[in-house]
Amino acid sequence: MNIIKNIHDWLFSIMPEGVANIVEMVLIGVAYLTFFAIAGLFLVLMERRVAAWFQLRIGPNRVGYQGLLQTMADALKLVSKELTGTVKADKFLYNLAPYFVIISALMALAVMPFTQEIQAFDINIGIFFLIAISSIGVIGILLGGWASNNKFALIGAMRSGVQTISYELSIGLSLLTMILMTGSLQLSEIVTVQKSGWLIIQGHIPAVIAFMIYMIAGTAETNRAPFDMVEAESELGAGFHTEYSGMKFAYFFLAEFINMFIIAAIATTIFFGAWLSPFGITESIPWLGVFWFMGKTLILVFLMMWFRWTFPRLRVDQLLTLEWKYLLPINLVNIVIMALIVWLNLTIKF
Amino acid sequence: MSYFSDIYKGIKTLLTGMSVTGKYFLTSRKGAITQQYPDNRATLKMFDRFRGEVIMPHDENNEHACTGCQKCEIACPNGTIEIIWDRGINEETGKKKKKIDKFVYHLSLCTMCGLCIDVCPTDAIEWGQNFENSVYDRTKLTRVLNKPESKLRPGIED
Repeated sequence: MNIIKNIHDWLFSIMPEGVANIVEMVLIGVAYLTFFAIAGLFLVLMERRVAAWFQLRIGPNRVGYQGLLQTMADALKLVSKELTGTVKADKFLYNLAPYFVIISALMALAVMPFTQEIQAFDINIGIFFLIAISSIGVIGILLGGWASNNKFALIGAMRSGVQTISYELSIGLSLLTMILMTGSLQLSEIVTVQKSGWLIIQGHIPAVIAFMIYMIAGTAETNRAPFDMVEAESELGAGFHTEYSGMKFAYFFLAEFINMFIIAAIATTIFFGAWLSPFGITESIPWLGVFWFMGKTLILVFLMMWFRWTFPRLRVDQLLTLEWKYLLPINLVNIVIMALIVWLNLTIKF
Repeated sequence: MSYFSDIYKGIKTLLTGMSVTGKYFLTSRKGAITQQYPDNRATLKMFDRFRGEVIMPHDENNEHACTGCQKCEIACPNGTIEIIWDRGINEETGKKKKKIDKFVYHLSLCTMCGLCIDVCPTDAIEWGQNFENSVYDRTKLTRVLNKPESKLRPGIED
């Protein structure tokens, strides 16, 4: 099962090297865009079904078998809608904002190690790249809120800014805790280290704490409930995307769900061994890695949905208290504990 | 140190909440409260307290309990009820007495506040359970609640 390598060799055998490189890049881009669209549609559907089950409802079940085509129908509706905007808005920035959000999400997908082979860009500063890219999304949100020329959108954008920038710290520090064990920022190397036990098992107590902090901060980073002050129907109309309609709104919406997937995928890579199967049961069949990677990621996505449909929304001061008084000090202490554990060789390895 | 006990309590209460919703998630297939409306039209029953529309019950002799006192018309905040009344001669006593000619109810204006039903001294009007009120013609929402040739039930005094 080495289709990707075969396609690569075949491309380079029939055309000159430069052309083949470009064709390969385009093919990879198309593949990732397709994955992006399908994952977005699937996650929206999953969110709606899971939310329905948590609330003792049934959820969408009319369009297609068991409602599977519901999000396709929604997407068609959004595409066909008129694009409106405010008259005195800064048109250029207003139109640019959704692309900022969606392109940053797409770029983060590129470094995800789906299997040993399926990884578009194995950069040696992988984790650093992910943290950097995921903070670009907030610029799109701030731009969208500011350029809308609408005070509610502006307040929504400011709230998103304060939240995302605060929780960025916790994400970075909790990932740093785990990097102490791997000694590398390269994602493929981090996965290789986990062949002797997933990092959450290798690092035991501090790893579990880091995982909990990561999930809390990740939920806040994606602006999902219980941290969804960005979108408050009663005070803000909707949030930073009050003035967006049709497909531009859908871009923000899609990016939120893809970001959720990315947060879960990073957690899978760092804590749960990415495409590695438990106890190496399918190590002889490498392409099954996709199955394991997606399975673990979807379980974590489900966990985030569980948070969303259980917890009430936080007030802005509670949100900042949680980050600056609780998560950040715990995180700093946790790094020291992890450093001690790595130094004294107390990690669990198989 | 309330700092650490706060963390402990916080995590504990969050897990309690998650266990509750988790139980819901697992049992949702059996206990779903969704009514799949157009499919179960035949069996669907509304609750007793449901406010669908105002109706005026008539008994088997085509008699109703409305004396035409107009208290409902006065109580209605937005003119949903109009009572067109007349004076008729009571056969037993020979006196002139108020009776309704038409009890007009504009469903399109009604806010379902229920003041008319609360204020009615003879319980002549009450809530109906009909919830399928959509029509293509707006005039169909203006209804005359008393049936043709109906009259006041004997023994009802306001």
